[in-house]
Amino acid sequence: MCSFTLSPFNSPKMLISGNEAIGAGAIASGLKFYSAYPMTPSTGIFNFVAEYAKDYGIVVEQAEDEISAINMVIGASFAGVRAMTGTSGGGFALMVEGISLAAMTETPIVIALAQRPGPATGLPTRTEQADLLFALYAGHGEFPKVIFAPGSPEQAFYLTNKAFDLAEKYQIVAIILTDQYLADSQWSYEGFDLGKIKYVDYRLREEKLKEIENYKRHTFTETGISPFAVPGQSKNLVVTDSDEHDEEGHIIEDALTRIRMVEKRLFKKIPLIKKEISPPLIYGDKNPEIVLICWGSMFGIVKEVIDELIKKYKVAMIHFSEIYPFSKDKSWIELLRKSKKVINIEQNATSQFAKLIKMETGIYIENHINRFDGRPFTADELLERVNAYIK
Amino acid sequence: MEDPLQLMNFWRESMPTLNDYKGQKPAWCPGCGNFSILRAFNEAMFELGVEPHQFVIVSGIGQAGKFPHYTRCNTFNGVHGRTLPVATGIKLANHELIVFAVAGDGDCYGEGGNHLIHAIRRNIDIKLFVHDNQIYGLTKGQASPTTMKGIVTKTQPFGVLSEQFNPLALAIALNCSFVARGFSGDIEHLKGLIKEAVNHKGFALIDILQPCVSFNKINTFEWYRERVYKLPDDYNPEDRFLAFQKSLEWGERIPIGVIYKTKKPTLEEQIPVIKNLSLVKQDFDINRIDSILQNFY
Repeated sequence: MCSFTLSPFNSPKMLISGNEAIGAGAIASGLKFYSAYPMTPSTGIFNFVAEYAKDYGIVVEQAEDEISAINMVIGASFAGVRAMTGTSGGGFALMVEGISLAAMTETPIVIALAQRPGPATGLPTRTEQADLLFALYAGHGEFPKVIFAPGSPEQAFYLTNKAFDLAEKYQIVAIILTDQYLADSQWSYEGFDLGKIKYVDYRLREEKLKEIENYKRHTFTETGISPFAVPGQSKNLVVTDSDEHDEEGHIIEDALTRIRMVEKRLFKKIPLIKKEISPPLIYGDKNPEIVLICWGSMFGIVKEVIDELIKKYKVAMIHFSEIYPFSKDKSWIELLRKSKKVINIEQNATSQFAKLIKMETGIYIENHINRFDGRPFTADELLERVNAYIK
Repeated sequence: MEDPLQLMNFWRESMPTLNDYKGQKPAWCPGCGNFSILRAFNEAMFELGVEPHQFVIVSGIGQAGKFPHYTRCNTFNGVHGRTLPVATGIKLANHELIVFAVAGDGDCYGEGGNHLIHAIRRNIDIKLFVHDNQIYGLTKGQASPTTMKGIVTKTQPFGVLSEQFNPLALAIALNCSFVARGFSGDIEHLKGLIKEAVNHKGFALIDILQPCVSFNKINTFEWYRERVYKLPDDYNPEDRFLAFQKSLEWGERIPIGVIYKTKKPTLEEQIPVIKNLSLVKQDFDINRIDSILQNFY
């Protein structure tokens, strides 16, 4: 099991880490502004973006704290450029206020959250998946957000692009949830398909904006998405407020406007966002008796375990990388219902993703494999622990 | 358009009038010092010929936070204490916009104190106006960082025990490029300071003494009027040591005017990426991303 043979290859291959893939994915998505406070294990993204800042016309600013970082990102996005920050649990805790601000002002931002074991300083240079529910609930008040948890650098690259696209399209917060294990692991690839990168400028700027009269930043629309103008490029004023506001963006108190704004921000957008979310990846037997559920950086290790188990059993993996909201496509639930044994595998103590599944679908998963010592699973260990459940 | 009368009419129509800056009806208490700041600001913008769409005001929470709604402008009314980071992001994304940050003493010197230090260090070209009434007005009368020592409030039953915050001394210690104090009881003088701050290149702080008529019964209009004096014409605001000395003057006499100013490059001038063109005007060329993956082979 532990011996490897290296096969020779003719063409050069890419070698890329999770952090680098997020940085590259962000730049490929038109990132223009990155502000952060250094924090392990997210700093690699900051380093990467800073290295390419000059060539790709990106402003990077090291903030005095994570509160400042997220507010700078919100300011830059409000002013008309694609903006992002990156951090880990403790820094993310400071950003929570800003997430709520971005939500209320409908300012698109992207946050990379590279998890490490907590609470508090925890194990700063080790790995864990324990901030999922924290990220899910981060921010006071009720508002939509998107959370992606890539399983590999390749997924990180494309999902960063999707995070930007959805953040800009729906004017929401998008979070890319990784962990130290994925952030710092290098994977090799033939290459990434840049043809899959989506770039649509959803902002109203320059000439397009000048034709518009009586612009209102938070106009009620069928989709809940208001035209998003760049301030200063026309006579139209762009007004927004952390207070509940009217269509123009001015502070209000009246109940009816409040109700309509919640409907706009939340109820109108969420069904549309759900349609954009891809279902989980199913790998292994088509009619499995045993299903292993996992998310984020567990992708590689669980896949390896499936490759071993499939020699003896009808087994499949369901891997979630587009964590929240859940996809409208629910075919994976059928797979669970038909299988004899479902085992949930997470790098945390309390099976947070299983709780999310229960919350979203009502399905209760009985069997869990958890590891929370800060070290990633090994194939041998995981295989043994899965076998203990099947035998 | 050669007819001079027609030309003049065109000029009249295209130039803003004072009415163009009129925003929503203020919800401030009658007699609030903020009304004078609003008037000084609107008149300054009008006289400078700066149109509402050419600037943005970032505000936070507190009575000062409502300010941008009462004039007409691009507005980001954010959360308490975070005006300067939002303003910094806006300025870096579009340095052609004139960016104002408007906050109260609690907002800027309390909740956002750390951001103030670092915004000054960056010397980003933001004009910060602090409506300093030495009290929390919106939450009805708790001590702010600039409340004087010993003053008893609802939440300081034994009087304020901490040292009074001195924003001007702090700013001068950090070599802030423009440090001034205004008084809302002298609109003409305040308007002059606002205009000078706009014309100054670099981070500008104007601490504006502004009586809270409802919750500060000590630092009233009369209290300030007895003490406030204008810096003399021969005062040299470029002398940092003298300025530091001036900034410590508080009590019997309180100086208003430009206490300190210095010329130095702004943050945005020093970032090569935006040297020639503002960030927001730089198009994204998706065809250029090919090269980014090359280094991984």
